[in-house]
Order: sequence, then structure tokens, then C-alpha cells
Amino acid sequence: MKITGAQALIRSLEQCEVEVVFGLPGGAILPAYDPLRESSVRHILVRHEQGAGHAAEGYAWATGRVGVCMATSGPGATNLVTALCDAYMDSVPLVAITGQVPSWAIGSDAFQECDTTGITMPVTKHNELVLDPDRIPGAVAEAFHIAATGRPGPVLVDVPKDVLQATTEWSWPQSLDLPGYRPVTRPNGKRVREAAALLRAAQRPVLYVGGGVAKSGAHQALRELAEAAGAPVTTTLMARGCFPDSHPLALGMPGMHGNYAAVAALQEADLVVALGARFDDRVTGKLATFAPKAKIIHADIDPAEIGKNRVADVPIVGDIRLVLEELVAAHRAAVAADGPGDTAAWRRATTQWKQRFPYRYEQLDGGPLKPQHVVERVSALTGGEAIVVAGVGQHQMYASQHFRFDRPRSWINSGGLGTMGFAVPAAMGAKVGRPDELVVAIDGDGCFQMTAQELATCTTERIPIKVFVLNNGHLGMVRQWQELFYDERYSEVHLGFEVPDYVKLAEAYGALGLRCERAEDVDATLEKALATSDQAVVVDFRVDAHEGVFPMVPAGRSNDEIILGPEFSPEEQAAATRREVRAG
Amino acid sequence: MSTHTVSVLVEDRPGVLARIAGLFSRRGFNIDSLAVGPTEDPGRSRMTIVVDCAEMPLEQVTKQLNKLVHVLKIVELEPARAVERELVLVKVKADPAVRYQIVELAEMFRAKIVDVAPEALTIEATGSPDKVAAMLELLDPYGIRELVRTGRVALARGAKGIADKPLRVARPA
Repeated sequence: MKITGAQALIRSLEQCEVEVVFGLPGGAILPAYDPLRESSVRHILVRHEQGAGHAAEGYAWATGRVGVCMATSGPGATNLVTALCDAYMDSVPLVAITGQVPSWAIGSDAFQECDTTGITMPVTKHNELVLDPDRIPGAVAEAFHIAATGRPGPVLVDVPKDVLQATTEWSWPQSLDLPGYRPVTRPNGKRVREAAALLRAAQRPVLYVGGGVAKSGAHQALRELAEAAGAPVTTTLMARGCFPDSHPLALGMPGMHGNYAAVAALQEADLVVALGARFDDRVTGKLATFAPKAKIIHADIDPAEIGKNRVADVPIVGDIRLVLEELVAAHRAAVAADGPGDTAAWRRATTQWKQRFPYRYEQLDGGPLKPQHVVERVSALTGGEAIVVAGVGQHQMYASQHFRFDRPRSWINSGGLGTMGFAVPAAMGAKVGRPDELVVAIDGDGCFQMTAQELATCTTERIPIKVFVLNNGHLGMVRQWQELFYDERYSEVHLGFEVPDYVKLAEAYGALGLRCERAEDVDATLEKALATSDQAVVVDFRVDAHEGVFPMVPAGRSNDEIILGPEFSPEEQAAATRREVRAG
Repeated sequence: MSTHTVSVLVEDRPGVLARIAGLFSRRGFNIDSLAVGPTEDPGRSRMTIVVDCAEMPLEQVTKQLNKLVHVLKIVELEPARAVERELVLVKVKADPAVRYQIVELAEMFRAKIVDVAPEALTIEATGSPDKVAAMLELLDPYGIRELVRTGRVALARGAKGIADKPLRVARPA
């Protein structure tokens, strides 16, 4: 049957069972928007292409499916670049469709022309400029396959306008021609047995859990392994929720602003089992002094991650769920053969650290509202039954630290790239993907203003998200660094509490706008926000601008130099530094 | 640091050279030379890349290269177990007084004189990196006007080819 390239494109999206596309039309992509009218694919018209990209990311984080965004050539495509790079850094499965100027005009500096595949080459897992309408179904099928399999990532398909307008014979590919793409998913059995033997024999093991565990849906197997081995678990910023915070073996987040117990446990461990984690600098601190006493088991689906930053004693390439399932079985066999390991003393030590050196802040009666208090109340009033979305900065750390994550796929943020403005559109995408869930963006005032225009999309498309702005009137994290490392010489970090008026802004976008300035009003405000389900809600929480995120390992320093923060006494800091374990 | 010769079999697709060159620069590697051309299979090209780096970073760059969808196979060729060749065209100042010396020198290296002008000779030489370097060193005193080299190409010794294992075909979702 003869159809146009544009029809082939939309039909291909249907073949890939796409339920929603976030996009914004323009000249070059126009032909594709015509058949979209009759398609089963829902299109959500965003207000900025970056919003489309982050919304597709939020959708993918929340559902585990491939998120799809669409934009026109030139500025439409370049506005997607930040989201593509974000998805690349955080291994988010994404397919971006971009229009391109007609093929005969490529290279002529035509109106709204840019070298989209050239620009996005370093920030996509793969991309393709499609020059033949017959190729459209194959290119789309391959894009979805590449985005979703192996280490997930963004794939871009760039289609010139004349290719969309040309006619083609519809044919869906029966097989994919990707001879150079063959991700290894099944782990090597010998390596798994070596790892199991090390884990059984370890006295101070730590499971260092990264985003790969979330992506492969390995939380059940993770829990089995942790409990069988009696191994404490740290969940990185990318893995919050993969292991319940309420579990006795949970140590929380490691890294620069991580839980003391998690940081200390990694430094003292005799075995670190890295699962879908990449030894990022924000986790390791000064790499040479990270987990200095530990042997390393490193399992990842991407062979290039293994040995990239830290040499692995046992490398395992494979899908983390399969790795964990086989590791559970191999560990059981090792215990049957050689007897169970003993980690009781280690568990006592890490539990003690967790109790003695928790995240600490003080909400004084009548004192300035603390951002941590807001997050803690959100966690309490939702009972943890929410998908929490954050951007980047202090609010992100407060959210990760003080929300109690007990469920997988309940935490979405911009980890690797650190993209300000991620939260509002990503929350919107998450809510579209899981409409029955409560979706809460915990945002900063700086971040919020970068992508707040998507509130218009939320209103017109009826996507009732909650946005809790921890408004401290500053670029808070930058301010904190200037306070600590630039002698309090504050430079260009003051945004002001009053501009914009967040309540009026919310109302202008058709959302409910609320404001809360005192700790005693937090619960009532949250209850009102949570009770509103027919429109988006924005709450302007006026929080203490002087609050800092702690603990903290200064950038480039060793994790041994972790600073507990002003809420701890010098004696407590000293005890933490020597990693004191009390007898009894 | 040492030089490594990496042979990369790729699908002959638009932009594949840019992908590979871009990956090297993005990951902070310097390419000493890069030669690319078609292979026995019309859909495939082969690149020979000479890179100057230590062993561990080389492993990282080959792993990253392997992730490119159009890269089919990568092998590092050890000089002792490979044939490595380079072609060089060199234009040497050669007035009648020294012309015969240069011709003789070229013959010693089994190089050919491919162009003669009153004051210059152009020599075409092929050989291993060592041989080419030795010849250029001897020509240098005469005055090298200009020089162009193809970059190294290399094949492993023995009967096996780079793509002897069958390549898998993925199924769509």
C-alpha cells in the first residue's frame, strides 16, 4: 500500500506501541503532524522543546518504557539537545524524532537548518538521518530497539521534509539489520561463582547499587541477595527506591551529600559489589582513596564501564537482573558448600553509624522554615506513596535525603548531567505515564523558572502534578559553595523570594497557587495541595536561605574527609572521622 | 605511552568516520594516523587507526568504540604478528649534481621515482613504519619539499580474517 513518509513515520510509532509523544510542530516536521490527527498516538503539545525532551524522560523513568519526543529542524532540534544529553548521561531510553530541511537543501544553510545528527552525535546512543522514505520504518524500529536494550539511551531519527512528503510502500521490518549491535545480557557463570565466593567470605561487604538496578527491574533479586548475604546496601542518587529505606540493611545514599553510614561503610568495606553503578566522581570523591580496603565486584551491562574508573577484581558483564538472580543462586550454593559468612559485627557497626550520624537539621518553633522539614512532611503525609521528581541542587539533595523511598521507580531526577529545569516537565511526563500515581516535583526556585512554562501544558492537557518549590531566593547550591569555598563572597546567586510571584504565576497558568512561610502551616498547606486533583498545584515554600546540604565531601577530596555539618558537635565529628564503633 | 595499531571493521554508512574520530577526541585521545577504505565486502569499510596511549586507556577507547552501532569488530594488531605498511610520496630537491645519489637511495628502499622535474624528484615508497622512517631520514639532508603519507594500514598475519565469526542479527521488539 502506498502511503507518505509521514504516514509511515506515524504508523511506525504505532507499531512500536507508542502511547504518547511530547512535541511541538514547526516547518520541517509539519508533514508528520497531519497523520498524527488520526493516529492512536496521543500527542502532548509542550511549550518548549526542552520540556518535550524532559517529559519523555520522566515518562521513561516512571514506566520503564521508551519515551518519545518530537520537534522540528534547527532550533526545535537544538532545544532537544539538553534533554538528549541528560538522557544519555542517565541511560534513559528515549526516541527523538526531528524534522529536517528538504534533502536537496541540506548543507545550504537553509532556513531552520542545522546539522542535527552532527550536533547530537556525542549525546545520543545512536542517530540517523533518513534519506529514503522506504527506510523510515526500519530506522524507527531500530531506534526503539537500540534505545530500550543493552544500556538504555537516547536515539534520534532525523527526517527531511521531502522524505516525509514522498510516497513509499508500507512494510514493517521482520528483522533488524544491526550486525554491530549485540549487547551482552547473560553473565558469565564462572565470574558469577567467583563473585559469590567473595561475597560469602567477606566480613564487611557493601552492595553499591546504581541506576542499572532500577532500569533492569532487579529490586526483588537485590533484596534477596542483600538478605542472604547480610550485606548492607547503599543506593546511589540514580537508585533511590531500589532498596527500601525502611529496611534494616539500608544505609541510604553514598557520595558527596550522602548518608554518613553509606560513605563510611564503603570506606571500611572489604568487598564492594557495584551493581549497575559507574563509580561516578560524586560517589567516589577522590578516586584514589575510595573504598581503599575493598575488593571490587563490578557488574554492569556496559562493558566500557567496567575498569573505567576503578579496576574490578571480578568483572561481570550482563543485565543486572540476570546477574543478581544468578548471584543469589551461586551465593546459596557457596553457603551450602562452605557454610554461611558472618557479617554480624559489620551490620552492628553500620547500623550504629546510621543511628548516631543521621541527616540532621533543626526546625525551631517560630524559626525560619527549613527545606528538610518540608520534604519530611511531604514524605509523611503521602506515606511515601508518591513519585518524587527533582531538578538539580540543594532541593534535589534534600528530596533524596529526607523522602523515605520504599518503592522502585518512585524517584526521578537529573543525576549525571545535573540539568536545572528538569523537574516540572519530567514530573509532567511521569504523570502521563502513570496517571494513577501521585506525582510530586520537589523543585528549587532557580530550577523552576527554567521550565515553568510547561505548567501551561499541564493545565491544557489536564496533567495534575504537584510542584513544591523550596524557594530560598537563591541558586542555593552555588551559594553554599561560595559560602564554604569562596569566603562567603556571594556572586550572582541571589534571585529574590518575590520575583516572580509564584502564586500569581501558578494562577496565570491555570494552576492552583499556594504559599507557605511557617513550619506550623506546612501540613495544612500540603493537605490542601494533596487534596487538589483536578489541576496542577504550585506551592511556594519560603525556606531558610542559609540552610546548607550536609553531610558534605568537598569536591575532589577524599570521602574520609566527610563533614557532618553544623548540627554536629566537634566530638561527634571526631568520632565520625575515626569511624568509631562503640562496644556493646 | 606507546603507539598501538587498531583495526576497526565498520559498516559503510554516512558519518561513520565522524563518529569514530569524534569519539577519540571526546574521550581525550590523539590519533597519530587513520586510514580508511572499502573491504572485500561492499557494505563494509576498514579503518586502521594508530593511537598513542597507555594500555588501560586503550582498552577504554576500544570498549567505547565497540558501543558504536556501526562498528562491527575491533582488533589491536601487535606489530610482531601483523603486516604493517604505509605509502609515502615525497618530493625531494634534486639538482643534477645529486640526482643520481637520490635515485640510488630510492632503489635501495625499493622505492620508485614517479615524477622528475629539473630541480626535484618525487619518490613513491611503501613499507613498514621503520623502513619509511629510515628512508625519510636519509632523504632529509637533500631537502624535502613536501611529503604526504597515507597513514598506516595493517593486517594480522596468518589465515584468519577479522570477521571470521558470524555476526548476529537482532530481532525487532
